[in-house]
Amino acid sequence: MDFIIILQAGVASGTVLLFAALGEVLAERSGVLNLGVEGMMLIGAMSAFSTTIATGNPWLGVLVAMIVAGLLSQVHAFIVITLQADQVVSGLALTLLGAGISLVLGEGLSKAGTVSLMPNFSIPLLSQIPILGPIFFTKQSILVYIGYLLTPLAWYYINRTRPGLHLRAVGEYPSAADALGINVFRMRYLYVFVGGMLAGLGGATISLAVSPGWFSELTTGGQGWIAVGLVIFAQWDPVRAAVGSYAFGALRRLILDIQGPMVLFGMNNPFYYNPYLGFFLQMLPYAFTVIVLVIGSREAIRKRLGAPAALGNPYIRGERGK
Amino acid sequence: MTESTLTKRRSPLRIKIEPRLDEPPAWYPAAVSLGAIIVALILGGIVIAVAGGNPFASYAHIARASFGDIGVLSDTIVKATPIILTALACSIAFRMKLWNIGAEGQFIMGAWGASAIVLAPALPAEASRWLFLPIMAVAGMAVGAIWGYIPGYLKAKFNVNEIISTLMMNYIAISWVNFWVFAVWTEGGFQMSPKFTENAWLPRLSEYASSVPFFRGLTTHAGLILGIIAAVVLWFIVYRSRWGYEIRLIGDNPNAAKYAGINITRNTVWVMMLSGALAGLGGMSEVAGVVHRLQTAPIAAGYGFTGIIVAWLAKLNPLVIILVSILFGALILAGREIQPSGVPKMIQGIILVCLIASDFLLRYRVRFVRGEEE
Repeated sequence: MDFIIILQAGVASGTVLLFAALGEVLAERSGVLNLGVEGMMLIGAMSAFSTTIATGNPWLGVLVAMIVAGLLSQVHAFIVITLQADQVVSGLALTLLGAGISLVLGEGLSKAGTVSLMPNFSIPLLSQIPILGPIFFTKQSILVYIGYLLTPLAWYYINRTRPGLHLRAVGEYPSAADALGINVFRMRYLYVFVGGMLAGLGGATISLAVSPGWFSELTTGGQGWIAVGLVIFAQWDPVRAAVGSYAFGALRRLILDIQGPMVLFGMNNPFYYNPYLGFFLQMLPYAFTVIVLVIGSREAIRKRLGAPAALGNPYIRGERGK
Repeated sequence: MTESTLTKRRSPLRIKIEPRLDEPPAWYPAAVSLGAIIVALILGGIVIAVAGGNPFASYAHIARASFGDIGVLSDTIVKATPIILTALACSIAFRMKLWNIGAEGQFIMGAWGASAIVLAPALPAEASRWLFLPIMAVAGMAVGAIWGYIPGYLKAKFNVNEIISTLMMNYIAISWVNFWVFAVWTEGGFQMSPKFTENAWLPRLSEYASSVPFFRGLTTHAGLILGIIAAVVLWFIVYRSRWGYEIRLIGDNPNAAKYAGINITRNTVWVMMLSGALAGLGGMSEVAGVVHRLQTAPIAAGYGFTGIIVAWLAKLNPLVIILVSILFGALILAGREIQPSGVPKMIQGIILVCLIASDFLLRYRVRFVRGEEE
């Protein structure tokens, strides 16, 4: 078992979570909780794969995935922003809806065979760095590199730019933002859309790079929900979301690879000799998500950090001024 | 009359939205829900048509294959039984604004707990049915309650988001049952346990066919009675007991509840346990009434998720849940044969989306006015 290879594959697998988590950070920072990430990822994975089969062009697949998932997110946006319905229930509905539509439109895709995937390449020079080079910069998908760029970009956008300030204002104190002339409704629609696009990109990363293909609901296998959990652990910070995503990606790979070798650390590998223990390994990402939530929530209490103040609440113009 | 006055009088229709101040008439919420379902079926039909299916044939098939004769009606009720219990489980948690999305996992663990009594075995195979079934029911409820207790405790103690934790517990439950089915109780290497002894089966109507010929071949089992009893008991808890009052108050206004001296922490844990126990009873009813063995696929079939929709559609009312569950039982039963196979799931999702959107019509009045009426 080569840890470098596990970490290298873990970074690729974590990129899926990274895109979804970054999208959710942006949506939640604007005050909209979108629990439909799993559904948006599924529809993204399905439409990316089917577009690539139809056209042979994976770039087009990624583009279509982002647009379709973005459009699906607008169902949630309309229901919770304009119709002011409960964000939790609407998000759940969106997951069911996205999963259902993906299953219907993706019928038969699982037998579609292989498609051309997003290109892999190594970065010259950077890939020569010991340890870090092979893990981060060798034969990774272009989507992984996009993930590296997107994380600091999102952090900078949220914390250091004027539109980012507006985003935070809308999520923390929408009536004050409104009084400053920021269009709260339009901003929330926009960031829910961006969140949807990134979830779709996450889905496309699965079906066109990390584990290519369409395996109905098993394609995502709850990763959308893990991403939502990571956002809470990350305290709505893109950089922490990235660290969490890569850690989870590595864990997923470790679980797959640890069952391979007969000898582990000089001992007989129990996971090789008793494959049934694999069921307990499969529980680990989900159990870790719960543990990570406990850590995040305790830290939030201790440091008095918190979710964006308006998270989950519809903005109703003039309600407080009455 | 000149042209200009004509155009002035016929100013265009405008949509005016205003908050609804008075209580709408009693029939109105039901009519809005019905309208939402009809819109959902139309939208679902469009997607089926886009995917290359025939929506009219699909819907006609659903109606025929679920209510067409007494035999399929009985099968519909069999499908509705687990949904009744998971929907009740969701309804009590949602009443307190506790988003228990884990009815699926609690259902699965309940099925495991009940099966363990037979397979461990905790009772000799020749024990009486009257001993087997109550102990299985208690075991299913207990294990389901434990599965609800964990996220409930984490929520109460550390303010851990229960949506994510209950959902993660679903995946853990599936792996847990897979382990037992594959590694411990496997029947000859297949992915299922041996069949239960018949003393551990919930009685079916068809068993009484010798005395009541009408019951011949009907699969409806005593789980339905468990579901109805649970619904009635829950109705009394929610609407007629002090505890139910506390739960409703916490759900509607947690601050008022806190100032009234209601212990929110303790209620969070108890309600999650009650919710888990109800879902666990559903799991017991499914293994003892239908599957008659522990097997992952027919147990982890999404009843917990359907329960969320049913609870919402029934406006969390335990008695209405029974009726709505039968409609969804029909959808699932008939949906098994429909192509593409995702149709029932998609229709459920569309129905839930339309229902949530339609709530707007309960809170706001939409009027069409002429421009001059301002």
